[in-house]
Amino acid sequence: MSALDTAPREPAKLPFEPLIQTNAVITEQPWIRWMLIATALLFLAVFLFMPLVSVFVEALRKGVQAYFDSFTNTDTLSAVKLTLIAAGIAVPANLVFGLCAAWAIAKFDFRGKQLLITLIDLPFSVSPVVAGLIYVLIFGSHGWAGPWASDHDIKVIFAVPGIVLATIFVTFPFIARELIPLMQELGSDDEQAALSLGASGWQTFWHVTLPNIRWGLLYGVLLCNARAMGEFGAVSVVSGHIRGLTNTMPLQIEILYNDYQFVSAFSVASLLALLALVTLGAKSFLEWHYADQLAATRRH
Amino acid sequence: MTSLAIATGQRRRTLPGFTPTLGYTIFYLSLIVLIPLAGVFFKASGLGFEGLWNVLSSPRVVAALKLSFGSALVAAMINVVFGTIVAWVFVRYRFPGKRLFDAFIDLPFALPTAVAGIALTAIYAPNGWIGSLLMPLDIKVAYTPLGIIVAMTFIGLPFIVRTLEPVLGEVEKELEEAAATLGAARLQTVVHVILPAVFPALMTGFALAFARAVGEYGSVIFIAGNFPMVSEIAPLLIIIKLEEFDYRGATAIAAAMLVISFLLLLAINLLQAWSRRRGVAR
Repeated sequence: MSALDTAPREPAKLPFEPLIQTNAVITEQPWIRWMLIATALLFLAVFLFMPLVSVFVEALRKGVQAYFDSFTNTDTLSAVKLTLIAAGIAVPANLVFGLCAAWAIAKFDFRGKQLLITLIDLPFSVSPVVAGLIYVLIFGSHGWAGPWASDHDIKVIFAVPGIVLATIFVTFPFIARELIPLMQELGSDDEQAALSLGASGWQTFWHVTLPNIRWGLLYGVLLCNARAMGEFGAVSVVSGHIRGLTNTMPLQIEILYNDYQFVSAFSVASLLALLALVTLGAKSFLEWHYADQLAATRRH
Repeated sequence: MTSLAIATGQRRRTLPGFTPTLGYTIFYLSLIVLIPLAGVFFKASGLGFEGLWNVLSSPRVVAALKLSFGSALVAAMINVVFGTIVAWVFVRYRFPGKRLFDAFIDLPFALPTAVAGIALTAIYAPNGWIGSLLMPLDIKVAYTPLGIIVAMTFIGLPFIVRTLEPVLGEVEKELEEAAATLGAARLQTVVHVILPAVFPALMTGFALAFARAVGEYGSVIFIAGNFPMVSEIAPLLIIIKLEEFDYRGATAIAAAMLVISFLLLLAINLLQAWSRRRGVAR
């Protein structure tokens, strides 16, 4: 199989070339090809590379010393801490949900399954600002649960719980939508075999299902974490922007930027850009090495 | 919306854990997503039709909604053109650095929107890398609606490319060869053979990019300038209303945006069902 795959890519050695090898009729003339490649790469360079590079250039504009000085600001440090806390709660919460949803949807048949999958994807089509607003309407001082919460001395809005809730909402589908198609593809033959050999439900899950889906799971966690740490709109609505208390890293970037502290703003931004690069690298690594163990029907 | 009819076991289930996993899925989904979202509509319905109309027909809200949807439409169309070229080049051609470029297409998914926002502003500001080139031409991008389109194009690109790539890869080369053998010019083959095959995927990508751009906030507000009636997007107006404690106004705009996003989601689902059917038929 692999010999057949690589064969057409070799330069033709025969004096006559079969149609399928050259494919002359189904490709474009060289100048069109190179023009299209140039257009695509130029577009990517301007729209993707340039913003990424500019983050680091702006962060280092006043030298390495100024760059590292940006991180001595206590408000910035507490923003980093809050971001880690929010992602540290949101990602495991959505991981447990993703595993439950994928198990129920992939291993069983029931009516309304397609509707359930659509509803799980719902947070992707909701504006982040609206995602924040829904919790303000519930827990805000004018909300339904607002008076109850303030009676019991629970602060949700303009406090950490609201930030965690908003983060959970925007990252809600990431792990589930990665696991559902993957587990559907895998089927349940392995699990059936384990159960018939006398394994318990938990043993089957830990020793059969989890090893089968581990790379897909990691993939989902990576994307979920990147979004959780970078979320801006939803968190911005519920945070109240209390410096040193309810600012996550993206919100701290906004505050520094609006204070004209550009080097500091871009320095914090560079940390998140590095996180994005690490995420992309790990994601590509998984795609290149474990392509067959990730869901083939991933939508994007 | 919350009630899901569950079949009462026509097929024998040998695997354990159906009830707890489905139960927890529905519980968590309701708690985090469905009930809070339903709250917006409940609150909005409290305003009555007239109250809703009063908010939504005010000139500032109309301008913001028009700007959000108009810019998102333009950005999605730019992405359809360039995203198609990018997807085509990555699926059909080989060139050095292809894998690296391909990995970078997902950058807008991975890069936090606020970071993208300040980076794009720095580039397109009058003293920025691109902004300074455009100054002599008297084109201003940052702090104008043009900047909004740039930001929305940035965040929408991967949706088109990633939806198109797998479908483009599956187009049967035999069909193209048949068309060529029958005397079709290359352009004719592309328009009449390849385009119809990838059209549903292209529309899905378009709808996904459009839906994302309409609701986008973080990457847009830095570059937009946020002048009322000129470059103020709808999500920002929701935040402004909230800061003025105008909860009714914020809810009305949010409800309008939600209704439109749900319609888009429905369209995306129908499109995906359509492309799946075509995939089976082929």
